[in-house]
Amino acid sequence: MKSLKNHFSLIAALFTILFTLQVYQILERSISSYEESLRSNYAMVVIATSALEESSLRSRFDIIRSVEEISPEKVIKRLEKEMDKTSLGLLRASLPKFYRLSLEHYPQPEEVDILSSQLENMKQIKRVENFSQTHDQIYKLLILYKGVTQIFAFAIFIVTLLLIIKEMRIWQFQHEERMNIMALFGAPIMLRSAVLFRLAIIDAIIAATMILVIFSLIIKSGWTEPYFNDIGIHVTLFNYAKDSFLHFGLALSLSMILALMLVINHKEEV
Amino acid sequence: MDKVISAQDLTLSYNNNETIINQSNFSINSGEFVFITGASGSGKSTLLKSLYGALEPKQGELIVGGVKMNNINNKKLNFLRRHIGIVFQDYKLIKEWTVEKNVMLPLIISGYAKDVSEVQVQKLLTHVKLNHQLGKYPLELSGGEQQRVAMARALAHNPIIILADEPTGNLDDYSAQVIWNLLEGACTQLKTTIVVVTHHIPETMKIDYKHLHIEYGSIYEVS
Repeated sequence: MKSLKNHFSLIAALFTILFTLQVYQILERSISSYEESLRSNYAMVVIATSALEESSLRSRFDIIRSVEEISPEKVIKRLEKEMDKTSLGLLRASLPKFYRLSLEHYPQPEEVDILSSQLENMKQIKRVENFSQTHDQIYKLLILYKGVTQIFAFAIFIVTLLLIIKEMRIWQFQHEERMNIMALFGAPIMLRSAVLFRLAIIDAIIAATMILVIFSLIIKSGWTEPYFNDIGIHVTLFNYAKDSFLHFGLALSLSMILALMLVINHKEEV
Repeated sequence: MDKVISAQDLTLSYNNNETIINQSNFSINSGEFVFITGASGSGKSTLLKSLYGALEPKQGELIVGGVKMNNINNKKLNFLRRHIGIVFQDYKLIKEWTVEKNVMLPLIISGYAKDVSEVQVQKLLTHVKLNHQLGKYPLELSGGEQQRVAMARALAHNPIIILADEPTGNLDDYSAQVIWNLLEGACTQLKTTIVVVTHHIPETMKIDYKHLHIEYGSIYEVS
């Protein structure tokens, strides 16, 4: 029972850190996915007097991903009943060219302004519509969401760090006496600390395994999927290879650092 | 007889520079039973600490078991301690280990095989009349029993010296006598050098012993 208690305190601290890390990763992935969906939906519309070449625009502006011509036929079709063929022909000939510019990433408001003014400076471009008001609102919301997430993660990190420091003090108290007694009988430092390192490794493995099991169950149950689908994003909750490696690595490193610090700080007092 | 401990102009002090032992000389031969006495705060335990390397000599020379204690490195100190048995007034048993594992500690450290260690522990616990308690934890035993476990641990690896700091200080008369008998037995039968720090030399001692007394920082032999 006592041994279980000793294990539980470090496992709980490590579990909290790993859980926070995974939740933060999910939030980061959600934001990235949302950014990607914003990027794919956002486009600028350019009105030009003559045809624009996609390759020349893309070579001039790195941020432009693709240039797609918008056909005016839909609008012209609607006018077919009200206008005769000659007038429609004249209209077709006098209409400017419309282009939809997709971008490499979701731009900052400053990037939108710079790109708009540079495009407007081109001779054949008459007008640029960047939907700046809508863009700014969404962008500010995204930044706010990111900021809140970071503050939340930072707060949890601080709390868990305090937990770890507290845990270190408990460990120091629990193991110092045994280490001192072993030193009295000539045990080398590695033998004296063997119990500590064994405990650290076992606890790290247990904590990381718990995270793996919990997130596997969450994925299997599928209860998070509808929430993400509702906001139109697809997120990998747990990447078995990458995330497991990260969790096992982090848990082992943290607990080994903890054990190592205790060994380094240990002062023989007899 | 071979000298197992020798001190030449030995000065001991703690970090505050207050001298506890001042330029003292003494020697202890192999197989001797030695009492170190003195008033409270005279430096008895400090002297014992210097014998197992917890306190380095400030000046002079101290040799224990052929190892010079001045500026001793960890490797040498661990080697020396593997040939010393130590008994304390507060037993210093590992609470979360069983009696058997506590007694086995010096054998684990010295790298004995498990089966050899188990036989040796069984023999020692029978010797201290605790062979029926080997699965128990220290806090489940009485003070006298805990000190017998500490004695068995001190004897486990056949040390050349046993250092004891007030080994009967916390015990009743009967338990104290058991400990004295065990220490006498180790000295006469195993030829182990015994150094005991105590306030009072027991009147029941059956063997010859050396008596070192500490007063005002000086160590002298009482004849």
